[in-house]
Amino acid sequence: MLTTEWLYWLIGAFFLAVAGHILTNRENPKRVGSAAFWGLLGLAFLYGTFVQSGQAPAWLLGIAVLVMVVLAGFGLTGRSPERTTTPQERGEAAGRFGNKLFIPALLVPVVTVLVTIVGPLITIGGAPLLASGSATLTGLGISSIVAVVVAVLILRPPKLSTPMHESARLLEAIGWAALLPQMLSTLGILFTQAGVGKAVGTIASSILPAGSLFAAVVVYSVGMAVFTIIMGNAFAAFPIMTAAVGWPVLVQTFGGNPAAIFAIGMLSGFCGTLATPMAANFNLVPAALLDMKDRYGPIKAQLPTAGLLLLVNLGVMYVVAF
Amino acid sequence: MYALIGVALVIVGFALRINPLLVVTVSGIATAAIAGIGPVEILNAFGTGFAGSRSVTTFVIVLPVIGLIERYGLQEQAKRLIAKLDTLTTGRILAAYMAIRQVTAAVGLNSVGGHAQTVRPLVYPMAEGAALQRYGQLPEKMTEKIKGHAAGADNIGVFFGEDIFVAIGSILLITSFVDTTYHLTLEPLAIALWAIPTGVAALVIHGTRLLLLDRQLNRMAFLPDSPKGLARVDD
Repeated sequence: MLTTEWLYWLIGAFFLAVAGHILTNRENPKRVGSAAFWGLLGLAFLYGTFVQSGQAPAWLLGIAVLVMVVLAGFGLTGRSPERTTTPQERGEAAGRFGNKLFIPALLVPVVTVLVTIVGPLITIGGAPLLASGSATLTGLGISSIVAVVVAVLILRPPKLSTPMHESARLLEAIGWAALLPQMLSTLGILFTQAGVGKAVGTIASSILPAGSLFAAVVVYSVGMAVFTIIMGNAFAAFPIMTAAVGWPVLVQTFGGNPAAIFAIGMLSGFCGTLATPMAANFNLVPAALLDMKDRYGPIKAQLPTAGLLLLVNLGVMYVVAF
Repeated sequence: MYALIGVALVIVGFALRINPLLVVTVSGIATAAIAGIGPVEILNAFGTGFAGSRSVTTFVIVLPVIGLIERYGLQEQAKRLIAKLDTLTTGRILAAYMAIRQVTAAVGLNSVGGHAQTVRPLVYPMAEGAALQRYGQLPEKMTEKIKGHAAGADNIGVFFGEDIFVAIGSILLITSFVDTTYHLTLEPLAIALWAIPTGVAALVIHGTRLLLLDRQLNRMAFLPDSPKGLARVDD
């Protein structure tokens, strides 16, 4: 049975190759630190397989993660100067290749959809080929490989390392934001173990006016948004706010419908995700990918919608769950 | 109550603009240490937390192909294509993309789009191309605005679409957490159902804002030096 581990190994190898690429680039003023960061990240992707399966100690990976934090957090990493085609060369190439350029770009979503739909139907000797829940990521991996092969065949770049060079450029623009989501999920684990949910519950029960359903709904949904803003991830906020208010007050005291409360509570957390730089992969990574001057540009565009949707969530929960 | 010190550390660290990686790490270690969790267990938490959340970084695997086709002018070609279709405006392109993103995510195809897969190579160049066609040269203020909304259209589409699909991570997290902690047996389908009202609201609210973006761009293009109060009417 195929799990997504092969994709993590491919990504690990990719990071290692980027590390090698940076290390040999004499134009990068901080090439050793940067190469160490991406190299460790690559090794961590490989080693993570054995941590996940319980075959290797997790603390070793923990140390590697902390070293990466130190490298990126104290400015020991840096970007190489950009070396790519000029806008004029790009215009000429676009004239030459025309709409053929869209073929690889469109292969990514098309092949992903195909694998996601067809993949789970394939069985070998009665056992499913893909592990349950792995079809979309498998699709993403396969489609990326197919697309890069097709792109090389169509465009015939001067060197086979060109895709590598161009992706290192994009990856360096993302930088440490690539590691932040993993750190936040650890923060969520530690907060839950340390009893942050109970502490928030104690505070919430002391400030909540007794018997006010509306106030409890507000505290739960706004609390979900606020904790998501702080922790960058609605998944981490959910156990905390649900242990504090969602379960004891909304379900047990007011007898609400748990499915509706928890579903809408999670969506209130998503409103927080739209508003926080901590949610690096959604808000900081696109700013880097789009070469934005203002790193908070995506958040600014999303903020009014996030606020309005939080109000909608409050209202819907109050009306339908009780 | 001391458990909340970590929360305070995150807020303070962020206010002081310290690198978020450092802030999050220090806050996690401090919170765990206060709660009496040992150093090896803390390191274990960092290790298992990393190993278990590698899937959030899988988008990088599309970067080689995206970088390569960009080198040969993908973005330029997307702009040229859009320039021929003058009924397409920036706002309409982004609103249509958000709707597609939301619907595909609602049927479980949430990896089809994304900032690396679709926004950078296709959606943003098209949105910018439509604006170039209408206004000619674009000042940086306008390109920044379009970029922000291109990223936002993707996020809002996928966030408020994916929860309508039963087998998505957030729904499985809700059921696994409440079922084990509170001994309930919630059906994923029941939770997915309650994501529909907010999903519809997201489509209406953000779709409207994206369509209004065209007017905002009009104002930015034709009244570049307007007084602040006027330029920011529906900001």
